[in-house]
Amino acid sequence: MKYPVTQHQNYAVIQLSGEIDLSESPNARKQILNQLKAKSNLLVDLSAVEYIDSSGVASLVEGFQTARAEQLEFALVGVSVSAMQVLQLARLDSVFTIFESLDDVK
Amino acid sequence: MIRLERIHLLSRADKLQPLRNFVRELASKQGCCDENLDCMVMAINEACMNVIQHAYDGRDDGEIIVEFWKDNSELLVRIYDFADKVDLQTIKSRDLNEVRPGGLGVHIIHQVMDSVEYKNQAECSGNVLEMRKQLNKPVKCNITTSDKI
Repeated sequence: MKYPVTQHQNYAVIQLSGEIDLSESPNARKQILNQLKAKSNLLVDLSAVEYIDSSGVASLVEGFQTARAEQLEFALVGVSVSAMQVLQLARLDSVFTIFESLDDVK
Repeated sequence: MIRLERIHLLSRADKLQPLRNFVRELASKQGCCDENLDCMVMAINEACMNVIQHAYDGRDDGEIIVEFWKDNSELLVRIYDFADKVDLQTIKSRDLNEVRPGGLGVHIIHQVMDSVEYKNQAECSGNVLEMRKQLNKPVKCNITTSDKI
């Protein structure tokens, strides 16, 4: 699945959707890292994610770390309830920058 | 104790979504509350993912058996694999202060289930994970607010 990418201010916005589990997370990871390779600040929109497991969360962490190494900005936006549950369990809700919506991105 | 279901699946990532759907339906039929249902789906998914990735080391022809038992007001889940016996001492949560990809599955399982026990299979190769969760009473399900973690 190719996730749509739009532009918002100085960020690329990649909109993940559906169930990001072990079968889908390698694809999500690749597309996140491809955006960062293009030296783009990145927002990962999780509003349409119905389920994410620890492999999906690992893809987000890898994006976060890659962005930091490249001195790019990386944030999550519109985190769905189910995705937030997993981030909280992994204690990553305080690690990622999280915006409620694109309107909150300054 | 009543056995509700026993299902077999291959150690493939594409089997996880149907498994999650199956768990949702089964737990819902048993009258499980939504919060605990989410916990069970999450734990069973993470446990089977660990079997696929670690016990079978990515092999896609390994057998996984998931048994569901009802024990009064609890759901008991047993997950069997037939890979090499795992050193049980090596199965532990990692330090969450270290931000890195991977290694979260065991932590999540312990957080959302009421009890978790890993065993080696006695009669043959392989391992068993036994997990329990109350169907309705939210005894331990830390997925609502971060300050409960």
